[in-house]
This record gives sequence, structure tokens and C-alpha cells, in this order.
Amino acid sequence: MSEEIKFKIDGKEIIAKKGQTIVEAAKDNGVYIPTLCNFEGVKPKGSCRICSVKVNNRFMTSCTTPAAPGMEVYNNTTEISDLRKSIIELLFVSGNHFCPACEKSGNCELQGLAYKYQMMVPRFPYSFKKHGVIATGPKLLKEQDRCILCQRCMKTIKDESGKRYYAFHNRGTKLEVVMDEEMSKTIPDELARQAMKNCPVGSIIYKEIGFAEPIGTRKFDKQSIGSEIETN
Amino acid sequence: MKEKIESILNKYNNDPSRLMDILLDIMENSGYVDEFSISVIAESLNISVAQVKETISFYHFFSEKPRAKYNIFLNNSITSCLRGFKEVKEAFETEAGTSFGNLTEDGLIGLYETSCIGMNDQGPAAIINDKIFTNLTPYRARKIINDIKAGKKLEELVYENHGDGNNAHPLMNTMVYNHIRKKSILLDENYEKFDVIKNELKNISPQELIQTIEDSNLRGRGGAGFPTGLKWKFGSRMPGEHRVIICNADEGEPGTFKDRVMLTQFNDLVFEGMVLAAYATKADIGVLYLRYEYKYMLNYLNSVLDNMRKENLLGEDISGIEGFKFDIRIQLGAGAYVCGEESALIESMEGKRGEPRDKPPFPVEKGYMDYPTIVNNVETLASAVKIAKNGAKWYNSFGTKDSLGTKLLSVSGDCRFPGIYEVEWGTSIREVLEMAGAHNVQAVQVGGPSGTLVNVKDIDNLSKTELMKWYKPSGMMTAQTAFDRKLSYSDLPTGGSIIIFNKDRDILREVVMNFMDFFIEESCGSCSTCRNLPRIMKEKLEKIINGHGVRDDIDDLLNWGKIIKLSRCGLGQTAANPILSSILNFRHLYEDHVMAMTDYDNQFDIVKSVSPANSFVGRKFIHNHS
Repeated sequence: MSEEIKFKIDGKEIIAKKGQTIVEAAKDNGVYIPTLCNFEGVKPKGSCRICSVKVNNRFMTSCTTPAAPGMEVYNNTTEISDLRKSIIELLFVSGNHFCPACEKSGNCELQGLAYKYQMMVPRFPYSFKKHGVIATGPKLLKEQDRCILCQRCMKTIKDESGKRYYAFHNRGTKLEVVMDEEMSKTIPDELARQAMKNCPVGSIIYKEIGFAEPIGTRKFDKQSIGSEIETN
Repeated sequence: MKEKIESILNKYNNDPSRLMDILLDIMENSGYVDEFSISVIAESLNISVAQVKETISFYHFFSEKPRAKYNIFLNNSITSCLRGFKEVKEAFETEAGTSFGNLTEDGLIGLYETSCIGMNDQGPAAIINDKIFTNLTPYRARKIINDIKAGKKLEELVYENHGDGNNAHPLMNTMVYNHIRKKSILLDENYEKFDVIKNELKNISPQELIQTIEDSNLRGRGGAGFPTGLKWKFGSRMPGEHRVIICNADEGEPGTFKDRVMLTQFNDLVFEGMVLAAYATKADIGVLYLRYEYKYMLNYLNSVLDNMRKENLLGEDISGIEGFKFDIRIQLGAGAYVCGEESALIESMEGKRGEPRDKPPFPVEKGYMDYPTIVNNVETLASAVKIAKNGAKWYNSFGTKDSLGTKLLSVSGDCRFPGIYEVEWGTSIREVLEMAGAHNVQAVQVGGPSGTLVNVKDIDNLSKTELMKWYKPSGMMTAQTAFDRKLSYSDLPTGGSIIIFNKDRDILREVVMNFMDFFIEESCGSCSTCRNLPRIMKEKLEKIINGHGVRDDIDDLLNWGKIIKLSRCGLGQTAANPILSSILNFRHLYEDHVMAMTDYDNQFDIVKSVSPANSFVGRKFIHNHS
């Protein structure tokens, strides 16, 4: 017996279960709100800001904000679309993303969103900063040029006792996600594959297998990101 | 070695939420946190090595690499720069024989820059092995280095008298001065210490106390201005096994030093305020979060708490009130501006990176260890004591209609009398400048870097444009009429940082660039916006200052300033304010720099680039580049 909450996204009536966030409720009602750092099953931490919507004339991240009765949410407006596009551009210029050479191309959510929001040339200058590769472990490598610091791996890839394989290091412009050196040596095969899968971009790569699925036949090559959610 | 680390871990019951204290103890013990200690900590707390390093690498005063025997942290805030930071820095470098960010080869001296340390009224200042050195000159810097090299002890590096008031207390014994320039109701010393706990509390109910604070209209003095009574009321109604009162003494906004003076001279009021808040909300856990920069006060403040325990002002059945149980511990920070944000502060207290939390839930609902938590500023808590003593009506007789009571201002920069001024709300900027003895003023920064910078002429034009509707100016000012604006929640709200710049200062190159560096350094990096945009915007500003900018660059900056408003916390949302407010109020400075005759970006100027070669060979360029 869960309570129902009614609210609106861009004028469309949404029926949510009590406790659902805006993004979850939207998904159940066929409305797509883009996400990058959000991951089903773990506590959201609005860090990529891509799911920002406008509620009562204030920007809120829809992955962290619970749906409330009577809320008027704005999702698909010119203003918000441009802000989302600018965030995608920020992520592109702060890293080095060469899609044609990336194992994740076609399965990459950042790339998918760049297509969806029609990014051409970013409005910001590229930083061309070198970030390096961490490849010490036997199963995984971490391509720092592509990391968007979404924390998904930090939140989802843990051992039985809850120890995290991934963690932040430093802060601000120097912030990076690193893998625990000792733990990376013994990561179970299944978890390693999961780590690559959970990464929205091509930063965590499972070693030895490459391009098993040809580019052109991958998820977002066939349908645009979010189209599986959108009903109209 | 291992025994020492284990004894530290045992002291904190191998509790991962006490990681900050564990690391602070290890830093104190061995100067840095080495790989071996990290692995012992990780194993004992059952977290990964990477997780331990995650916390260490976040804080400025923690280090994974060896530090020197003497570590000099020189403050690089704007007020320090106005008073000779560059020359002092050079003197340290030349005399020590190493550059900032490095150690000398023998490991004797380490030089580091650090963000505002709350000594703006007596800068440039440095922290050397937790001791404060104020009013530094190149001569004094050389002397310090020579004395260190000569093998003198830390105490022997000091030639100055200790400061006034409690700065002279044997447990502090610091050369810092209070510089209290104007007293009013809060700084008035005619009161009996702990009188409210001893004599008043037993006569009033928690609800009555909350009502008094609500009626006084006291608002959070840290800058955000949330009604204190309301916060207490929410907190008191939240269910929870424990409730927590946190006093936020992590003032990091450059130009703010009022909490330093409050904790030095009026700490009894602050602690009494915490006890009152605990009584009102039935809280049992109290924490003073003290910024690392103020570590020199730690022993002294702990002695004050000890005395309170002896007098039954803390502990069980406080002051004979049955069942009223509350105690206070001091949590030291480790150097991170963002920890002044209440939810980041709570994260830090739980041993994590000081990353702001998503709201809701707010700390009053789920705060420290998920208990309902009330976070109040130092000044707010002290004010609450005076209100509880003298009544809401009395408090309402000070200030203006929308902003009642008084405010502590931390005044610094180009003026004769930098220091603490307690003024009634409604005081104009002009009056503050007169009090401080400031002349020839070009600009005033109200509310620190996250405040703003205003020129009345331009406001009229700009505020009408579409671009400016979302952006409300609040702080830095130039024109004469702007100086008549009043400090109040409706006109110029502020946490109290007032920095004055005279007409010789280069606002863009000196001030705005310094503020942008500050925000870039202090971002936690969690949000994509605040992590990347301040850097990109600063680079654009540099381009303009260097004469390569075009008009579109100014519009770009304004537009990009809008994107940063998507950030999670106040630091992120205001991180572009130095640029935005200076465009708004000092537009002419930008216009002076941009190439007015072209609308495309010709960063590469071939004529200029080849002119040294041309002049060398005596060739003249015929075509005029336009």
C-alpha cells in the first residue's frame, strides 16, 4: 500500500510513489531526464548536475530531490537544455575524449548525451590536460583522460566487507578517481567486468578483450539515449 | 611505530568516523602520514587504503609526503597581498634557498602558501608549526629563516610581545591582537559569565527559550541569515536517539576574523550559547568545529571546557536541572574552506572529505551520524546568550526593521584601523569607512569573495538586460551613492567581511584574480560545474587582462556565470561572483581592456609577435594591422 503523489513535469501529470525521486518518477511515467552520476540501487549524490530541473524557479537535481505533491517541474525547456549541453561540454573540455578510439564508443552515456543535446564545438576552450593511465592491476585499467568523476564506481564496486575499490584523491581541479592498488590485484573477475559496465564512459576498461562488439552495432548506435524511456 | 599508531587508533576506539582525529594525531606525532601508517589505519578501520588517502588528500594540512621540521604556511589572501605578501614570500624563498611548495634539501624548512588564516587585520601572517606569526616583513622573514638555521626552537623565533587580552593567556601565548575597535551589546563586557545557565535556565522551559529567540528575530550570523529560533524549533521536533549542537568555527571566507576574536575573548558566551541551544532542543552531543588555522587556541579552549565541567555547566544534571545532560568536544578541521558549509562540516566530522551534502534532508533532519543536528555560527550562539539574558524586546531595540540587533564586522584592507567593529544593522558603508579611517577608496568588498563588487552607474543599464535578471548584485561597490547602502538583510546582507581597496589598486589583476584563485583552490571538486568553470573563467579573464579579449568575451563570462549556479553548495554557486560582480560594477575596467574595434578573437597578433625581430633587423611593417 504505497501512497500516490501527483505532480507535473512540463505540464504533464506524473504519478509517483511516495519516496521516489523526481528522476525515478519521471522514468516510470515515460519522461526522460538525463543522468550520468546517478545509478540505480545506490544513494544518489548530485555531482554531475546534468539532471538539474527547475522547481519553483529554483534549480534542483532531480536525482536527489524527492517528488512532492503539486510540484511543478520544468525539464524540457530551452534554458535547461542549454545548461545541460554546457555541462556536457564542460566534461568534454576538461578531459580528453577521442570517441573513435574508445572501447566504450556507442555504449558511452556521455557520448550519447552529446549527440542528444547536439553538441558541435564546445563553447569552452579545451584544457588538453594530460591525466595519465593507471594500469597496475591485472584485470582493469583506468583511463584518467576519460573519467568524469561521477563516483559510480566508488559507490558500486566494493568487496564483501564494504571496502571500496575506488576512491577520490585530491580536490578541486586536481581531483581524480583512483583504484586501490592492493585491492585491484585480487578483484574477482565478475566484479571487474561490472566495474567497466557501471562506468558511464570509457574510463574503466577490462583488459585483454577489445572491440568484441563492433562500433556501429552498440547500444546508442541503434537508438538515442533515453529513447527507451520516452513514450512520445 | 606500529604500537604508536595502534595506541592512537585505540584512543578513538577504531572508529572510522574519527578518522580526522586519528590523522591529526599522526600528523602531530610524525609530521606526515606515511604509507605504513596508512595501511595500519586501513586495516584497523576496515576501509581500503585508497579511502584513507581520499580523506588525507582532501585537506590542506594533511600530507602523505614527509614535511619539514619547520613548516611555514604563508597566507596568500588578498589582504596579505595588499600588505607585501610578494616581498615576504621572496624573502622566505631567497633565505631558505627553496621555492614555495618545496622543502629544503636537509628537510629543515618547508614553504607552503595557504588560503586566508583569519589574520587579515595583521597580515601578512604565517603559521609555523601551528604558531602564528603576524605583521611579517621581508626583514622578519629572513630573521625567522636564519634563526631556524641557527638551531633555535620554535618559541625562540618570537621576539614580539604577546597580544592583548586572552592572547596573553599562558595556554595561548600568541602575538595575535584582538583589535576590537567598536563594542556594542555583544562585545560589552559587563555581564556575569554563565549567568543564564546558572540562574535563568531552571526558571524557563525549552519552549519558552525557543520562543524568546524566535521573538528576537535573531538570524544566522555566518552569512546565510536563517532564523535561529526556527532552526532550534525544527531541531527540537525531530525524532532521534541523540540530538547534536555544532558550533561552526570554520570561518574561512577571506577577510573574516570575527570568530577568532570571539573565541579568544568571549568563548564563555559561545559555549554558554551551545548549552542554551542544547537545553532548548534537548540535545546531548556538542561539538565545536574549530578550523585548523586556529589550533593555537585549542589547549586554552579545552581548559575553558574543563572548568565548565568542574562547575557543573557541562556534564550530567547541568546546573542542577535534572536530566539535562550535555557535553562539548572540540573537533579540529584540517584546512578546507568548503567545510564552513554546514553539511560539508558534518561530513568532515564523520571522518570524510568535506563534500557538501544534497538537500533535503537538511542537517536539522539528518545531520551528524544521521541525528538531528543544529549548526550555528559562533556569533549567533553568543548573541543568543545576550538575548536569553536581556529579552527579545531589548534585542529588537537595536538595528533596523528588517534586520534586528548588531553585527560583527571584520574590517581589513586599505584603512588605518583594521579590526572588529560591532555595529547595529543599518549602518552604511560610508560610516564603516569613516570608522576605519579609510580614504581615497575605490572599492569595498562586502561579504568576502563570494559577496560582490558594485558600480551604480552600470547597474542601471545592466540590470535591465535579460542577462542580468537572474543575477542580483549584493556586495562590492564603487560609486558614492553605493557607499550609502546599508548593511542589512534587505540591502547588503553579509557574514561580516569588509575589505577596502584604495584607488591605487588594480581591481581586476590584483583583486579579482586573487579571489578566483581562492575558489579554484578551495573547490571540493564534486560538481562538474564548480570543478571546471572557475578555472575556465579565470583563463578568460586573463585573456582579457592581457589585451586579447573582445566584447563577446565579457558576454561569455556573464553567460557562463549562470551555469555555475547549478552547483550544489554556496561555494560553488558563488564561485564566479568575483568576475560577475566586477563586470556588473566595474564594467569600464573590462571595456578598457577589450579590443573594441573587433568582434572576433584574434589572440594571435602577428605584428606584435614579430615586432622584436623586426626591430632587431631594422625592418618596418608597412601594413597596419586592424
